[in-house]
Amino acid sequence: MMRPAEFRNPEQELDRFQRRLAVAGGFVLFAFFLLFARFFWLQVVQHEHFQTRAEDNRISLVPTVPNRGVIADRNGIVLARNYSAYTLEITPGKVADLEAVIGELGGIIDIQPKDHKRFRKLLDESKNFESLPIRTRLTDEEVARFIAQRFRFPGVEIKARLFRQYPLGELASHALGHIGRVNDRDLALIERNGAEDNYRGTVHFGKTGLEQKYEFELHGQAGFEQVEVDAGGRAVRVLARTAPVSGNNLILTLDTKLQQVVEKAFGKRRGALVAIEPSTGGILALVSMPGYDPNLFVDGISPPDWETLNTSEDKPMVNRALNGAYPPGSTFKPFMALAALELGKRTPQQAISDPGFFTFGGHTFRDDKKGGHGMVDMYKSIVQSCDTYYYVLANDMGIDAISGFMRKLGFGSRTGIDIEGESEGVLPSQEWKKKRFRKPEQQKWYAGETVSIGIGQGYNAYTPIQLAQATAIIANGGVIYRPHLVKHIENIGTGERTLVEPLPLQTLSFKPASIATIRQAMVGVNKEGTGARAFAGAEYVSAGKTGTAQVYSLKGAKYEAGKVQERLRDHALFIAYAPAEQPTIALAVLVENGGFGAQSAAPIARQVLDYYLLGKLPKSAAPEDAEAVEDE
Amino acid sequence: MNEFSFRPREWLQRLAAPIDAVLLGFLALLLGYALLLMTSASPERLNNQLINIAVALVAMRVAAQVPPQRLMHLALPLYVGGVLLLVAVALFGDVSKGARRWLNLGFMRIQPSEIMKIAMPLMLAWYFQKHESMLRLRDWLVAMVILLLPVALIVRQPDLGTAILVLAAGFFVIFLAGLSWKVLIALCVGGLASLPFAWTMLHDYQRQRVLTLLDPEVDPLGRGFHIIQSTIAVGSGGILGKGWGNGTQTHLEFLPERHTDFIFAVLSEEFGLLGNSFLLVLYALIIGRGLMIAANAPTLFSRLLAGSITLIFFTYAFVNMGMVSGILPVVGVPLPFVSYGGTALVTLFLGVGILMSIHKHRMLVQK
Repeated sequence: MMRPAEFRNPEQELDRFQRRLAVAGGFVLFAFFLLFARFFWLQVVQHEHFQTRAEDNRISLVPTVPNRGVIADRNGIVLARNYSAYTLEITPGKVADLEAVIGELGGIIDIQPKDHKRFRKLLDESKNFESLPIRTRLTDEEVARFIAQRFRFPGVEIKARLFRQYPLGELASHALGHIGRVNDRDLALIERNGAEDNYRGTVHFGKTGLEQKYEFELHGQAGFEQVEVDAGGRAVRVLARTAPVSGNNLILTLDTKLQQVVEKAFGKRRGALVAIEPSTGGILALVSMPGYDPNLFVDGISPPDWETLNTSEDKPMVNRALNGAYPPGSTFKPFMALAALELGKRTPQQAISDPGFFTFGGHTFRDDKKGGHGMVDMYKSIVQSCDTYYYVLANDMGIDAISGFMRKLGFGSRTGIDIEGESEGVLPSQEWKKKRFRKPEQQKWYAGETVSIGIGQGYNAYTPIQLAQATAIIANGGVIYRPHLVKHIENIGTGERTLVEPLPLQTLSFKPASIATIRQAMVGVNKEGTGARAFAGAEYVSAGKTGTAQVYSLKGAKYEAGKVQERLRDHALFIAYAPAEQPTIALAVLVENGGFGAQSAAPIARQVLDYYLLGKLPKSAAPEDAEAVEDE
Repeated sequence: MNEFSFRPREWLQRLAAPIDAVLLGFLALLLGYALLLMTSASPERLNNQLINIAVALVAMRVAAQVPPQRLMHLALPLYVGGVLLLVAVALFGDVSKGARRWLNLGFMRIQPSEIMKIAMPLMLAWYFQKHESMLRLRDWLVAMVILLLPVALIVRQPDLGTAILVLAAGFFVIFLAGLSWKVLIALCVGGLASLPFAWTMLHDYQRQRVLTLLDPEVDPLGRGFHIIQSTIAVGSGGILGKGWGNGTQTHLEFLPERHTDFIFAVLSEEFGLLGNSFLLVLYALIIGRGLMIAANAPTLFSRLLAGSITLIFFTYAFVNMGMVSGILPVVGVPLPFVSYGGTALVTLFLGVGILMSIHKHRMLVQK
């Protein structure tokens, strides 16, 4: 045993040690009290806060996206529907090295450079925590292969999603429009509508056409699942669930078969056709050629496809029926004649002698027929499309009288069709010119400018749908319906159908005699006038009017279609309705660079009416009538 | 006396002879509590932990058998051996998870820093015993060197948790040996003043841990995740807790290391403030018993050793609970006697055994 050193004071030593030990013990108690205080703070004072955070951790509200409504035509043919497919999605925020992960995924699942590019594009447009598709439409085998290895890929998931599908491809693409991934502009719109909650799980949004206009009808009510999740975000179990309510279906006034006939009749030609049921305003066909395949847009269009569509000279993305504004050419004449009758500027019998030109203020306005049409009354002026008659008429009426009357027929204003972004066109008037131009000398309306307005040239520019609508008004004796594509909105839960637009907007009280005169002359066009060749042998009585819109002004020189570059050729127009006594269809056709109206637009109208009234299906695209001329 | 006759009662008596029933009683309560927690946090590890406990109890019994005088002889070789092994680790150690802590002996891997947790208080207590009553400045300086050399080696590995425990173990000996308050205060001031320097010495990840403690919400899904989630677990437990096996933070894997360093979060979540208080009381009782043993110990060596070992238990408990409840940075210190893991448990029970031995031999000198 150790012996204590001599000079040691054991008592004092022990005393000091024990004091130190007491200090240590006191420190222990103090430290434990500190811990207790901390626990008290967390577990009692702050308990509710942490309770909530633990619940937030644990419970995740997962929206279930509702089925988007189906779009079908008037006969129940489906134009837009949904199908379920697996997609491989990456949440960029959860992945450290995106490229490496995509590279590794490529080892299990076929990822094309196209998919990769599209993903890059989506990445640029979206937020980091959104899950973005790298591949869509996985096969069952690919799904199985990924599932087996998914532990290697945190932040990558297989999702079953509903996809929009347009089973008829390009058909009626401009009417249907398409959906695409939700972007910032869509989000702003969703917020304005107070629909953020309903759109929480939604990745797609109507971008154009009916898909856009009826987005909030088609979308439906999102459902929610209360899911218990673990720290990795994986769902452990479902605690509660509210089922989603599918969006409403749209039943259109559109007749798919008619639409098909029209698109076939156009063949490779560019242009537009709008066919309206005069008694309701329902659109029977809305064609803009060329069309595009809306299916390309459903999951974000791939950059090469976008490049192709966007740079094409044919501009397939432009809806010519609603956004193309063209001079109406001679199709304007029946409306001019009606204005003359209604405003008392002409009687049907009043005739002029046509020398083949009209001189005004030192400028000569030529008629297409050399030497003129001789004595021309109103009927002949329409049937033979005499320009001089309308030069004189326009000059007599003055611009403001013309524009005042034309406005009532809907020229120069949006028709109100249920598609967004319709153009107004240009209805020239003194006021319009003042607004349109800056310099005072340009702002003034010159009387000479009125002259060519009379034959549908000059500043005139109208959309095909405005032309079709004006034709329908004539066919309908002055009763105006708003043109529309949706006939019913169908709630698939209750089966309830809401009818859209059964009531006329307005009735223009034309004198019955005036209308009768115009209608008689338009029937004459197809019987013995500029439309007669196209309608030879028709088993019904139809009314029409040809038109040609100048694209390029050949100063003084004689226009010869064959010698002008294709893109500089005149646009061909034709308006028609049939049967003449009880019209069931009114239409306007425009063929870009089609030459004369009688040459390429009227044959299309003939095929369309043959199908609609007789059920005749055309064997090929409508022929070009090379012999047809604007004036006989 | 028949050496070969088997008399169970006598045999049991001999087995129990060096055991301190009071200390073992408190520990039994604590172990029972720990096993209850383990069954919730990680039931698949329960069997392994039972084996760990059995091994640790054997280690305790063996240590309790060794008289303090014998331990004194072990102090120097154990310490020198430990330092040499630490040097070997620095030179040839296995790297795992970015730290060089293990020495591969071919048949097994050992962590020499663990040895230091016992060797350090032994060595310092032995040193002070040897220089008893003639403590001069030189002795204090030597003690400092004895303390800081292995601590520096462990910090370098890096293993901040173990370094803190070893540093604390040595510091307690020096403190109890009676280093004057003036020097202690000077050291504290010096320590605070050198903090900026220490900061530059820390590894990036260590600095991050400190920054994370100050504001975990800066990186809630990354470095702040552990701290935030364990604080949520503690806070959401409330007064009575969510009930055994009902901790959502625990069972939905929001808690990292829930069976080892973060098992206290499981306790807090499932048993609440009440359960925490019970644990604090158990630790207080064990520490109290240890301090009592130290107070009654006969020699300077055994006093210092018992005091230091007891305060080490406290350090483990305080650092772990402080880290889980978000007042101390995350360092790898287990909750003593509760966290899963054999090594720490054996070390701790060796300490308990030494305490028991000191307690049993308290009368020798007085006799």
